[in-house]
Amino acid sequence: MKAKDFILYLLAGTLFGFVLMKAEVVSWFRIQEMFRFESFHMFGVIGGAIVVGMISLQVIKRLNVKDKDGNPIKISPKDSTQMKRYIIGGTFFGLGWALLGACPGPMFVLLGSGLTIMIVPILAGMAGTWAYAALKDKLPH
Amino acid sequence: MFELLTQPWPWYIAGPVIGLTVPIVLLIGGKMFGFSSNFRHFVSACGVSKNEFFNYNWRKDGAWNIIFLVGAVLGGFLGGYVFANPNPIALNPVTVEALSNMGIQDFSGFVPTDIFTWSALGTPVGLLVLIVGGFFVGFGARYAGGCTSGHAISGLSDLQIGSLVAVIGFFIGGLIMAHLIYPIILS
Repeated sequence: MKAKDFILYLLAGTLFGFVLMKAEVVSWFRIQEMFRFESFHMFGVIGGAIVVGMISLQVIKRLNVKDKDGNPIKISPKDSTQMKRYIIGGTFFGLGWALLGACPGPMFVLLGSGLTIMIVPILAGMAGTWAYAALKDKLPH
Repeated sequence: MFELLTQPWPWYIAGPVIGLTVPIVLLIGGKMFGFSSNFRHFVSACGVSKNEFFNYNWRKDGAWNIIFLVGAVLGGFLGGYVFANPNPIALNPVTVEALSNMGIQDFSGFVPTDIFTWSALGTPVGLLVLIVGGFFVGFGARYAGGCTSGHAISGLSDLQIGSLVAVIGFFIGGLIMAHLIYPIILS
């Protein structure tokens, strides 16, 4: 990877981590509050992100915007034939998300904030990924 | 200026800035934003699995994702350590009361220290939350083919029906955990 790309992805990630922290969406408390429908905050953050993402994707698609190196941007659709994986896999994810109070991004952002215990769920998340691969052919997709 | 960096940001600022990640990584190198694939890259990098699922060039395919992750850790350090908000999160008092009744005592930080400490790892609740919680997130993200970033943000932004189904799944699981299972775990 070119040094320029390295720096740009690093900066994009830094902005992402910083905003996640400032939005408090990395908080276990905020996640509990969301699943209890006791605050609009999380829904506002996720909804606001989707609106901006949606407008950006429409602009990129309609104007055939190229990436910074001039390559065409190809956005592959998700496989819509595998609905079982989305609903069952999604439910497993949701159970973990509410239990841990953090999804993958926030696990690492919290680690960066000095919460070293997050190494444990990160390793457990790797184990979960490994387990999925091991069971993949036996699971309904 | 320092105030602005330490204060929490309202949803209508933070949400759109998070959403900008989608066009940013597309414009840098045509990548569709997602975070949880990093777990796969890490397992692949460890070289412990012979499963073909991990048999790919993680250095090449996962490089951008891993660098983004390193940035996110750095962003967490800046936002949560250097420019940490000194005040507790302004939660709904109803939530605070409900969680207090379930046994949570510390509301001062981003996570309850009742659970998120190395010493709590030795308790049944700590083990369950930190290990089972993390495991389900990793397992579920790969099973569903994405997490909050890949499905809820990128996928829904692209009006993908599969992502909508996945997000419905996230909420089915989350609601079951928050309303039915967590009260039992903490009692």
